[in-house]
Amino acid sequence: MTEFWEIVIAFFLIISGIFGFVGSFGMIKLKDPMSRLHAPTKATTLGVGGVLIASILHSLALEHRLSLHELLITLFLFLTAPVTALFIAKWHIHRHETPDSLPNAGEDGKWATHAVQTDEEIPDHTAT
Amino acid sequence: MKLLRRVFPHPHLTILLTIVWVLLANAPSLNSVVFGLILGIVIPFITQPYWPDRPILRNWPMVVEYILVVLWDIVVANFTVARIILFKRDADRQPNWVCVPLELRSPEAITVLAGTITMTPGTVSCDLSAQGHNLLVHCLDAPDPDAVRDEIKHRYERRLKEIFE
Repeated sequence: MTEFWEIVIAFFLIISGIFGFVGSFGMIKLKDPMSRLHAPTKATTLGVGGVLIASILHSLALEHRLSLHELLITLFLFLTAPVTALFIAKWHIHRHETPDSLPNAGEDGKWATHAVQTDEEIPDHTAT
Repeated sequence: MKLLRRVFPHPHLTILLTIVWVLLANAPSLNSVVFGLILGIVIPFITQPYWPDRPILRNWPMVVEYILVVLWDIVVANFTVARIILFKRDADRQPNWVCVPLELRSPEAITVLAGTITMTPGTVSCDLSAQGHNLLVHCLDAPDPDAVRDEIKHRYERRLKEIFE
């Protein structure tokens, strides 16, 4: 029985390893910054999720005790990952997109990042 | 009733904080439950001024359905995106901006929708329009932006509308 659980746990660890790798590989392969933003969201879902399921199963089946604080890691990730992704996306829109390069914002006219009043000229450090 | 409202301004938050504390302690003993309850009562009471509105969840079975749908979509989308990253040439990929017109008006519902879109691999929510009536979504590979928009509206927004509004 122990052997069966070890195989199941190993399966989840391998799944998470594969998706963690694909997420990191995507950072190299994808060329534009907005597409690169997609890579970390992959690593934080199935990548981390696999390790957490393996951890819960390990404590349940091999150590015979219930350990559920892995669920909290999922909860915190689901709270923080979208916020950081939004920050990076907003930075990108602010510095590299114009209202014309984005799709039409409908009845509101502008996207929130472009609707902000700029009081001073921000020096562009990204120019090479 | 009024006194109860003053002592427990956010009953859901009280329950959530208690559960989080018990999970953090990782041992469901009476000790951790009691201390979790104390935190669950004190924290909402102190932070009350920052939470003027109480979002009301109207449809609890729908909350469960929504979580299951999102988890399933995350697994499916992970495989789709893995295939795009590993096997698709970068030149063939069509990254695209999609504008999703929102019917949701409550800030909590829009936050949940934007978070869901980001956590599903392949799409990242990037911006709201100036008055919050449209959501800007970036897609890793979307030959047909309209299909992505319709799927988001049908799968997520429709359910969130039933939950929050």
